[in-house]
Amino acid sequence: MHDHPLLDIENLVVTATSGTRLVDSVSLKLERGSVLGLIGESGAGKSTIALAALAYSRPGCHITGGTIRHGGVDLMELDEDARRAYRGARIAYVAQSAAAAFNPALTLMDQICEGPVRHGLASRKDAEAHAVELFTALDLPDPARFGRRYPHQVSGGQLQRAMVAMAMSCRPDILVLDEPTTALDVTTQIEVLVLLRRLIRDQQVAALYVTHDLAVVAQIADRIMVLRHGKLVEEGATADVLLRPTTDYARALVAERTAARSAAFEVEDKRPETVLVLDHVDVSYGPKKAVSGVSFSLSRGETVAVIGESGSGKSTIAYSIAGLVSASGGEIQFDGGDLPPGHRERDRDTLRRIQLVYQLPDVALNPRQSIGEIIGRPLTFYFGLRGEARSARVGELLSLVGLPVEFAQRLPGQLSGGQKQRVCIARALAAEPDVVICDEVTSALDPLVAEEILKLLHRLQAELGLAYLFITHDLGIVRRIGHRVVVLANGKMVADGTTAEIFAQTDHPYIGKLIASVPELDTGWLDRHLQERTAS
Amino acid sequence: MKLFGSRLSTPALIGIALLVAIVGAGLLAPWIAPYGETDLVGDVWAPPSLAFPLGTDNLGRDMLSRLLFATRTTLTVVILSTIVAFALGVAIGFLSALIGGLIDQLISALVNVIMAVPVLIVALMVLAVLGTSVPVLILTMGILEATRVYRLARAVANGLIVQEFVRIAALRGEGWRWIVWREILPNAVPALVAEFGLRFCFIFLFVASLSFLGLGVQPPFADWGAMVHDNTAAINLGGLAPFYPAAAIAVTTIAVNLIVDWLLSVHARPAGIKE
Amino acid sequence: MAPAARPGWPPEPLHLLLYGSGMARFIFSRLAIGLVTLFVVSALFYLGTEMLPGDVATAILGQSATPANVAKLRLSLGLDQPSWLRFVNWLWGCLHGDLGKSLASGRPIATLLLPRLGNTLFLAACAALIAVPLALTLGILSALHEGKATDRASSALSLGIISMPEFLVGYGLIIVLSVHLGWLPSLGTVFPGMALGLRLKAMALPILTLTLVVLAHMLRMTRATILAEMAAPYVEMARLKGLDRRRIILAHILPNASGPIIAVVLLNLAYMVAGAVVVETVFVYPGIGQLLVDAVTKRDLPTVQACGLVFAIVYVGLNTGADVLALVFNPRLRHRR
Repeated sequence: MHDHPLLDIENLVVTATSGTRLVDSVSLKLERGSVLGLIGESGAGKSTIALAALAYSRPGCHITGGTIRHGGVDLMELDEDARRAYRGARIAYVAQSAAAAFNPALTLMDQICEGPVRHGLASRKDAEAHAVELFTALDLPDPARFGRRYPHQVSGGQLQRAMVAMAMSCRPDILVLDEPTTALDVTTQIEVLVLLRRLIRDQQVAALYVTHDLAVVAQIADRIMVLRHGKLVEEGATADVLLRPTTDYARALVAERTAARSAAFEVEDKRPETVLVLDHVDVSYGPKKAVSGVSFSLSRGETVAVIGESGSGKSTIAYSIAGLVSASGGEIQFDGGDLPPGHRERDRDTLRRIQLVYQLPDVALNPRQSIGEIIGRPLTFYFGLRGEARSARVGELLSLVGLPVEFAQRLPGQLSGGQKQRVCIARALAAEPDVVICDEVTSALDPLVAEEILKLLHRLQAELGLAYLFITHDLGIVRRIGHRVVVLANGKMVADGTTAEIFAQTDHPYIGKLIASVPELDTGWLDRHLQERTAS
Repeated sequence: MKLFGSRLSTPALIGIALLVAIVGAGLLAPWIAPYGETDLVGDVWAPPSLAFPLGTDNLGRDMLSRLLFATRTTLTVVILSTIVAFALGVAIGFLSALIGGLIDQLISALVNVIMAVPVLIVALMVLAVLGTSVPVLILTMGILEATRVYRLARAVANGLIVQEFVRIAALRGEGWRWIVWREILPNAVPALVAEFGLRFCFIFLFVASLSFLGLGVQPPFADWGAMVHDNTAAINLGGLAPFYPAAAIAVTTIAVNLIVDWLLSVHARPAGIKE
Repeated sequence: MAPAARPGWPPEPLHLLLYGSGMARFIFSRLAIGLVTLFVVSALFYLGTEMLPGDVATAILGQSATPANVAKLRLSLGLDQPSWLRFVNWLWGCLHGDLGKSLASGRPIATLLLPRLGNTLFLAACAALIAVPLALTLGILSALHEGKATDRASSALSLGIISMPEFLVGYGLIIVLSVHLGWLPSLGTVFPGMALGLRLKAMALPILTLTLVVLAHMLRMTRATILAEMAAPYVEMARLKGLDRRRIILAHILPNASGPIIAVVLLNLAYMVAGAVVVETVFVYPGIGQLLVDAVTKRDLPTVQACGLVFAIVYVGLNTGADVLALVFNPRLRHRR
């Protein structure tokens, strides 16, 4: 057995039913105690490879070539029953969303013990004892009784850790971790990352770590494989890939993360003309207050970033300014006059001057209208443009957001995510607005695409003097685009100031933690972060 | 072959072929039927022969000719009922979803009450009061099935209203006409078309049941259900007379069901994505 | 990051009221809604049949409807009172077992209706006893063997059966089992005091017909419910844990699908009660469905109203039961935080 690596995948090919190659001739080796990071954007095939390590493919995909050897045995040559004996027992999987991957009808303990019992590796009693050990190792509260709960009865971070316990329940040789921290808030992500790393080291398992976040993989992986369009782009030791990337693609990925660490442009402190003022705004959903006492202002040509974790009320602020939800208290002033709370009470010109761009471009465009109709409608609606004049203006707007004019004929389904988001921006610009509210506009996009969108927004601001209200959870984006920052937590305003002022407040209890939790592109960051935490 | 931009499955093709054949037979009945609809041409319940391919009925009329002519009555009644159900159900369903609030809840409550009792029972009660005639039959079936259409239309519209592209239109200041016709309806079409087929089947079977119970289409007209009703006594003599119209009913519903199954599988795919 | 919570649009206060606090409250409110629905349905039935064109007294008297006779009969029927008052009186009577008198036979409706209701419920219960376990077993097996020959055959067969009108199924069975093979009687003649064995033999064909019709519906819906659940991410996780399909369906999917499946069963039982109308007519089985059809043909309104009420009670009851049970079996609501 010592002659063979734990996992040895050679020339793996995974094909979709339509014939597209999702993974094209990828090989990888995994030795005991090592962690291999698989990194890439969506569609790079990294999750497909992770699942293929268990000789499993999703419906609609097939493993059509290559070998998948576990300790010398090629799983592709075994029948389905023999492969099942490996899954869970020798090689275990941790999914991105624990909330979806746990069965809501069974207790955590039932699900964690199921593997060892069904594989005939342990009795139920031993499996339970092992589970409690794992709960303890993973810092779960009340380990002896934690397993009696149902999945929906514990928090997201705890559930993700319970999933790790489930994966470890059979004492596998290999853990496959598929974006295990992506669905979590930044501060929770750190906790899970620390525990994962400790567990991998203590239990001496090998791990395949799939993520799109270079900074996360830097903290945990020994080696990194960069994938793109199902092919291997670059492979090497973690530090080498991060410090000395050899391919253009890897360099671009690293550069994008580095840019997130430093402000891209100077912050002007002069604030010319204020367009939007929020004065002690409250918003409630039924009896529950989502946001209370929020005050800040926005000037022409300026970007104010509203930042906070999920549930902080930052999207509620955006919706109340847009008029989708009515503020229940306080005042919103727009260009010197009072802004009526609901969009139905606002006149057409006011609606025109405040435009909203959503997080998910997929659902923000009507799938049955052509791009030309989508961008052209505000032109007709607000300015009465028709026929030739309208198509000419649609062409101008498409060029403005960097899309070919021919796209006017296409349907949204034929565009990529980044292109769709550009169409959304063009639609907002068609109204010639003063204020554009950007609600997490880049968070559904891959980093390189997101960066292009940020550059586009920045350029448009310089050309057209737009004011942006930028709703985001990503500090990197704030650094790159925000002139001023409003920090929200639990529906209350924590701080408001220029970007430089906010990022200087590292001793502030909430802001400091938020800043410190963002992983840096540096293999030693997590260790330093832990030292600082124990020191303070 | 393609329809709505998606390839037709083999069962769907079979369904369409059957449906075309049935509608064609109905349209061409006067030319292809060997005898007149009401002509007494032979013995009562004569067995199938060269002269009468499907035998004769309880009065000695040619079964095949009757069957062909009845296609017209059957399909007319069912299609008109389905159209009434759709016009009412979709209009009120969309309106209800759009207006929301108290009016929406009142209409929904009323629909729930009507749906709390089986269609057949309510239809029987209405027919007991109003008597049986074809217009009453069409309106009754149409209004009762409209409640089912209403539920779907309202659910579809509610699902679309919260879509962000509809919110964007609302935020632009668009009126309800634009929102309904341009934003909601085009996206609701696949679901509504599948529902149309499904409703057609239900109404088809219900009208057949009512006619079978002697409460649907009345003599001298006959639809397939009524033909079964007229010929039931042949069963105990070992005759197959009631089977032909009953089989025609089954074939039609199977044909529509095959098409609906395909429509539903297409509809499950996200809109706008091309293969 | 998960997308931010969407503002309630459109607002649904009713939703909040119903799902607001706890299961007991939901069950209670669901039962209350059932009762209100029943009340409104009976009001609609009664007032609808009374207020529509046509006068009961004229209808009863037919040829001998002289104005004097009509006025006399109207008085004796209480038709001079406002209709809401007559509704209250009628409902009060119904609650005490007095369903009024049949116009056709002049006998109290309760004595006509109750034995027939017993017959119908007995027929439905026998069919349910066979159909429910069989449909669940076949539905689960069909899902287990999805795409294999057995599954395809059962899918095609059940699609065929649900596309057929109930009377075609019934007559098909008569031709084969009764006329050709002579095994079973083609008429479902039963009478009070009949021995159980004979009664069951007479009922065999109606039971079989009803069973087949409901079985097909239930099987398809059970299979569809299980297969819909197959796409859930927790099923993929279970497969990645190395579990086999049998274990996944029985241990993982069924606990989640039990609520919807129970609802499916109850809805089909409710459907069966309506389907019984046609089946009873085919086999001339003396049940409440046949009574209703007779009453409609003779335009015997009081009997129609009483039958309608009974059907409504059974139907609303089963629907309410389906809602409550689907909720009781929902794991997220059963084990609250």
